[in-house]
Order: sequence, then C-alpha cells, then structure tokens
Amino acid sequence: IGHPEIFPLVFTTKTQEIFKCRVDEDVTEENCFKLIKKEDIIQDLKTRAAISDFHPVKNVVLEYPGEELLVVFDAKFQYGQNFYLVSSEKAKEDLLKIPETAEEKEEENREGTLEVHPYKPPVHKPWVSLGSEKEVEEAAVKDTVAKIKYMISRVRRKFGAPITFTDKNASHVKDSYVECTSYQDKNFSIKMLEKDVGVQMVPKLREASTQTKWTYPKNTATQYFPRLLSNEEKEESLSSEKLKDFLTSVRLRMEMALQQNEIMDAFFDDWKALAEDESSSGGKPDVYLQAYQSFTDLHYLKDRTISCVCWHPTIYGIIAVSARKRLSYEEQVNFSDKSLLQQSVILFWSFLDPIHPQLNLECPEDIYCFQFSPSDPNIIAGGCINGQVVLWDISQHEEKLQNAEPVADGIKMTAVNMVNASVLNILQYNYISGMKTSKQSSTEPPLVRYCAVSSIQNSHKKPVTDIHWLPDYFEDNRMGATSENRAEICAQLVTCSPDCSVLFWDIPATKLPEPPSSEKVEEEEIFDMPRDVPDTFKHLDVCWKPLIKINLCESDTNTEYGPVRIILRELHYHYKTSEKVRSLNTLEVLAKASPHTEMSTPSSKNLKVLENISTDFFVGTEDGEIVYSDWKMEIDSGSAKPHTQKYTIHTETINTLQRSPFFKDIILSVGGRNFAIWKEGVRNGPILQSSCSAGRNTVGRWSLTRPGVFFIGRDDGNIDIWDLLKKSHEPSHFQNISKSTITFISPWTASSKQHFLAISDDLGVLHVLEICQTLSHPLRNEHANVLDYFEREVKYLKYCEQEFQEYQQFQ
Amino acid sequence: QAEVEETLRRIQGHRGVIGTIVINAEGIPIRTTFDNSTAVQYAGLLHELTMKARSAVRALDPENDLTFLRIRSKKHEIMVAAGNISIKITIELYVL
Repeated sequence: IGHPEIFPLVFTTKTQEIFKCRVDEDVTEENCFKLIKKEDIIQDLKTRAAISDFHPVKNVVLEYPGEELLVVFDAKFQYGQNFYLVSSEKAKEDLLKIPETAEEKEEENREGTLEVHPYKPPVHKPWVSLGSEKEVEEAAVKDTVAKIKYMISRVRRKFGAPITFTDKNASHVKDSYVECTSYQDKNFSIKMLEKDVGVQMVPKLREASTQTKWTYPKNTATQYFPRLLSNEEKEESLSSEKLKDFLTSVRLRMEMALQQNEIMDAFFDDWKALAEDESSSGGKPDVYLQAYQSFTDLHYLKDRTISCVCWHPTIYGIIAVSARKRLSYEEQVNFSDKSLLQQSVILFWSFLDPIHPQLNLECPEDIYCFQFSPSDPNIIAGGCINGQVVLWDISQHEEKLQNAEPVADGIKMTAVNMVNASVLNILQYNYISGMKTSKQSSTEPPLVRYCAVSSIQNSHKKPVTDIHWLPDYFEDNRMGATSENRAEICAQLVTCSPDCSVLFWDIPATKLPEPPSSEKVEEEEIFDMPRDVPDTFKHLDVCWKPLIKINLCESDTNTEYGPVRIILRELHYHYKTSEKVRSLNTLEVLAKASPHTEMSTPSSKNLKVLENISTDFFVGTEDGEIVYSDWKMEIDSGSAKPHTQKYTIHTETINTLQRSPFFKDIILSVGGRNFAIWKEGVRNGPILQSSCSAGRNTVGRWSLTRPGVFFIGRDDGNIDIWDLLKKSHEPSHFQNISKSTITFISPWTASSKQHFLAISDDLGVLHVLEICQTLSHPLRNEHANVLDYFEREVKYLKYCEQEFQEYQQFQ
Repeated sequence: QAEVEETLRRIQGHRGVIGTIVINAEGIPIRTTFDNSTAVQYAGLLHELTMKARSAVRALDPENDLTFLRIRSKKHEIMVAAGNISIKITIELYVL
C-alpha cells in the first residue's frame, strides 16, 4: 500500500522478545526504529520457518543488500500493522535521518501524522499539444502586406546650396496676397475598407424620478380647555401689591383714552368724508336728466294734453296719466265744459311696454287732476272738468299691473268704439265693453269703469282743479272737528275748484241713509253696474255728497277767491302696500269685502278729538293770489276770518302750490312768470321770489331727494333745475324736453339708484327721465345748509321789513 | 383690595364702556366683567397681540416699551393697557 518498500509486519510477543523490540519497552512511539541484523532474521527464519513473523517478507530479507534492516514500530498502524519493514537501504537511511533531524527540531511540529513524502524532482515529460498553437499563431502580429521600400536620393551638391530668391510685384497679384493653400491630396487618403468594431450589449440606461407627496401630520382639530385660575388664586393675585401698583399706574392712561373718545367721534372716517367733498366739486355730468323712456298713445291721446301725472305708489314702473282736451288759452279761461266726443281716459303706462298702455280708466268727463289713495293704491280719486269727483277701484287689475310684461311689437290694438256720452249709450257701451273685456285678448288694455261719481248738484260748478287725499290719521266729521281715524284708511278727500269753494269728501262705508227724494228719481235711472266693475263704492255712486263745504270769500270786500290749488298742513302720506295677495283671482276679489265696506261709520262720540292738528291751509287762486287761512275757524265764526292772509305775487293763475318734502313749512308756489318760496308763519311775504322770466312757468315741483333742488317747467318745453345752494338767482341748469308746453312734472324715487322725473307736455307725450346722481344724491349736510339758507332769508326779510318801517316813520 | 375694586369700577363706569378684563402675565383672566368664555377668548387673542406689539416696539428701540394699544374697529374700540405683570383690557362701544 503506498510505498513499495514498506512492508507491514505483525510482530508477536515472542518475536518481540527475541529481537528485543518489545512494545513499550524497547521500542516506543518516539523511538520506533529498530535495526535488526539480517543474519538474525535469517536465523529466525530457519528456526521457526513458517511461524516466523518474517515469513511473508522472506524474499525481501534475502535480497536485502545491507547488513541491518530497519524495522519501524508503527504505533498508529499507518501501514496496517504494528511494525513495518523498510526494504531498501536508501529508504532506511532516509527514515533514520528524518527522525534524527526531527528529534533535533523542537517538538512543536509534532502533531498528527508526520507525512513525509520523499521529494521527487519534476521529470521531463513530452509536450502534449492541446491546440493552443493555433491561437498563439493567430494572435501573433504579422505583416499582411509586404513592406514597401523607398529610397530617395538627391545629388550631393544640392544639399546646403545657397538659396536664390526672386521678387514679384505684389500689385500684380490679385488681393496682393499669395498663398499656398492646403488641399486634400487624394493620393494620401486611405480609404477604410474594413473596420473592426467591438459591440457590447448594455442594458438601456434611463433616468427617472418621482416625487412623492409628503404627508406631514397637521392638526385638524384641537380640543382644549383654557387655563383658568381658581378663585383663591384670583383672590390672591388681586390683592397683590404689584397689581395695585399696576392699576394705579395704568388708570390714568385708560381714562385719558376714554375721555379722548368721548370728546371726539372715534369712528369718523376721514377718508370717506374726503371722497364726498371731491365728488361734489368735480365732474359735472353732461346731461342732468337722462331720457329714460317716453310714452305716448296715438289713439287716446290724439289732440289731447296731459293734465296730471301720478306714479303708482307701490308698483315699480307704473305711471298714470290723465288727459284732457287741448284747449286754447281763451277756452281754458272760460272753462267751458263741452260735451266731449272722445272718451276720456286715464292711461296706465309701464316701463316695460312703451307702446301699449297697461290699463285704461274710463272717465265720465275729462279729468283735470287725480290721485292714488295712500292707504290703498287701488283706489284712485279724480276730479273732472265739470266739477264731479270720480272714484275708481282697480283691485282686479292690480295683479296684472304688477306682472306687467314687455309685450312684443306688432300686436295691434283694436279700436274701441267711441260713443256719445248720453246715458243710454253709456250703458250700452259699457255693457259692450264689459262683454268685450271678458273676451278681451291680453294685448288690449282693460278698460276700467269708475266705481263712483259724485252727484252733480253737490259737486263743484267749475272744474275740480286740485284733489288731495287727507292723511289717514285724522278725519273730519260734519261739525268740522278733526278726530282720530282708527281705521287707518284714507277715507277723505279735499277738492277745490275756481267756483270759490273747497269741499271735503268722505267715503263712508255703509250706505247713506234715506237719500232725498230728488235723488231718488235719479237712482231709478241708475242701471245696474256692468259686471266687471267692482261695487266698492256702489253706495256712493252718483249720490255722493261732500262732507264739508267751505266758501272762500272775503267778507269785507266781498271778493271771492277761486282756488286753483290747495295744500293742507298735514299732508304726509306713507303708502301702504296692498294687503291683497297676488294669488287671489278676480272672482275672489270681487266677493271679498273691501275694507271700505267693512268699516262701520265711526261714532263720533268715542273717538278722541285731536286738538293739535293744524287746520291751516294755503290756497292758490286763479287770479294769482295766495291765501293762507284756517278752515276750522271759518266754520265756527261764520264769516270772520282774522287770520287770513293774502299775497299777490304772481300775476297769473297759480298752477303749483307744493310743500317741500323735507321742510314742513316751506312752500313753493309757481304761477305766471315767476315763482316764490314761502315759509309758513312768516307773514311778510315770500322768503324767496324769483325774477320775472321770459317765458311762463307752467309747473313746479320739489325734488324728492335733495332739499334745495326744485324743477320748474316752462311753456317753451324747458325744464329749469334750481339748486338753492349753488345759485339762487337763476336756475343752475336747464334742459329742453319737448317742443310744447310742459304741463306736469312728477318726480319719483324708484330705488336709491334710480330717480325718475316724469314730465308731460302739451302734445300728450309723457317723458320719463332719469335724474343723474348729482341731482338726486343729497350732499353732506345739505339739509342743514338749506335750512340755514331759509333762516337767513327769513332774517333778511325781517330786516327789510324793519328798514321799511323805519323809513316810513321818517316820512 | 378695595382700591383695586374702586379703580376697576371707575373705569367700568365710563360712558360707553362695555367691559373690562384684567389678565395676568400668562394670559389668564383674573378679573372680568364678562362671562367666562368671552373673557377667555379676549384674553387669549389680545394677550398674544400685546406680546407681539411689545416685541415690535422693543425691537425698534430696546429702551422703549409698550404702554398702550388701541384697536379701533367698525363697531367697537378695544383699549389695552400693557404692564409688566398684567394687562388690562377695556372694550368700548360707540353707536354711530
């Protein structure tokens, strides 16, 4: 096994004794070599023959050249047995040497098996080719092409020879420039026929990036409760000295600050106030009154002039116009009441439909003036040209007015037949029109017949020139005493007429008791009302009598005044919106009892007599006089009128007498060629009187929003706008509205931004203009300034009076 | 303590004053004429504002210090008197 020279042997104990290699006595692990003579072995072989341990190696022993054989104790049974024989000298010597040297060495290397292989130097082996020669041959660099050899020679004498230069004229050469440019010589360019390129497969590299939303924790809600000090802690800190000192030191500052606030208005915004001043001085608008719309009707208003214009108090954009026959001046003066061939109407216009009137109110005669009732805008009272007073109730049509929609053009209005104003025909006509109204298409304006008209005998003899509703908080009774009106409905009218009388009318709820016999005949002639007409005032119809009649005549001189305009002291209305809900249909409206019928006649005993209602009134007459009187006194004391005052300022008929909406005692009167402003209580004369103007002033009105502004209409179609704070001797602005005489002006405030001025003229056209911002928006402190102005004028008047008196005294 | 009461009552008695609050250095109301929740709300908001105002004044000039702070709004005026340890707030109403 392994080495050919090693022969493993088993030595029995006998053999061991013989040869003196007893285990653990002669031979140990360290000392494992035993040299045994060859002769001894041979002897042993002979003596013991087969049983000798050397028997298997007999040949080896016999052939052994040397004298002694080495026997090694194999403690580890390396070769299989506990002894082995080394059969060659060389190996024996080697083995013997190694342990010697090993013994000389230190014992640290002695571990495990001591494998000692005899060193064999490498022996040359024949070359075995595995095919690498080819690769080597391929990798070797060899010349593919035979190298070309060039030999260049030159004659010896030319080397280092001197150089000869020649001259050339530079100007002969183009650009005075000679060069030897480089060029690509094709001979020397090598065309690459083959290219060795290495290719490497590389994964495609792509850069990409993302950004993620970083949700960071954020508090959505926090629930907490505040830190509070307990009562004891509060007490303790309150009583601390520091707090006392603090408070005493701080108190003074605090009180100063509070006092400052008390003295000065802390919330006064200087910036805004500055802006207001700016806007008043700069930027004059080009047109003060901008034309908004104009209304005219060719049919009803042909040859007619508009006598009165009234805005509907509650519904936006509805304006009513009354027309009367256009008479020349002489005819007007004579006030001849003619039978009119044309049906006179009051037209209702809406902003949304400038061509077709919304509603027509039928009038028995031409209406000179009319008014909406302040408490119920569906009741309209008008004064006729023959002295009668007419009432209408348009509650049925209120819904239609409120829902007035713009009507498409191209719808023609069928002509309604005009018939003679005889009684029979009126009925027939009304009946027909009544029938028609039920079948009426929605495009024609409904014709509303009047509900009640006063009795002719008891009305005025001359046209009713002015009509006013009395305010709803007092009413007069027959005795002339004013008393409280609990029902809060305007139920009384006052009218005046140039027949020198002022009449107070009452609209009682129930029927009048026992009409006199003369009127009974008339009653029988009354036909039933046409179906469509509400029977609100049925009881009044035709038999309506005035409550009080005042004759204006002066006892001393026996002159009579023919009042054309009247104003009472307490004429401030607040218009109430109608209580009737829109959803009621017309039948229900008829069936429902109107507040007028429900109201029972108040018994005068229970009502409180109002003492402090002023019963003074101003009257403008047709001769141009202004009379200031008191109606209460007249009833009581008959003809004595100690407090009547008469002023003759105007030369012609007074056509306007109006109180200022801002000051209760300032009155504007317009008549003829001038106008005047009066203050009630100042009896010397007007506080302001205009100079005579070129044309006649036909109408005047205060502005509703600015205390010092009023409008005067002229007979040449101009409107003069007077601003008392700017100029008081001439109008601040005038504007031409139409070609003919202005007959009526009515201002109206539809909203805070929209202020309208309705101007009617002689041709029957109603112009609605929008008042610009400067004219409608009051200036800061305008009210106070105008009041100041009036007071100054009053003082001046007094001063003048005094001067005059003094002057007279001197005389 | 009576003086404290008296001072506070005097301030409160001025015309137009709705209420007063006294706040300690931490912003906790010590003494108030309002109800608790209102006082706490005012205290919390105005304490911070006062601190901010004070720091602004001192940042501009370190030797300076905030004495009084007035906040005028459309409806009210809030007056804050700043001290070292406590703040007093008065709220006034003006009817325009």
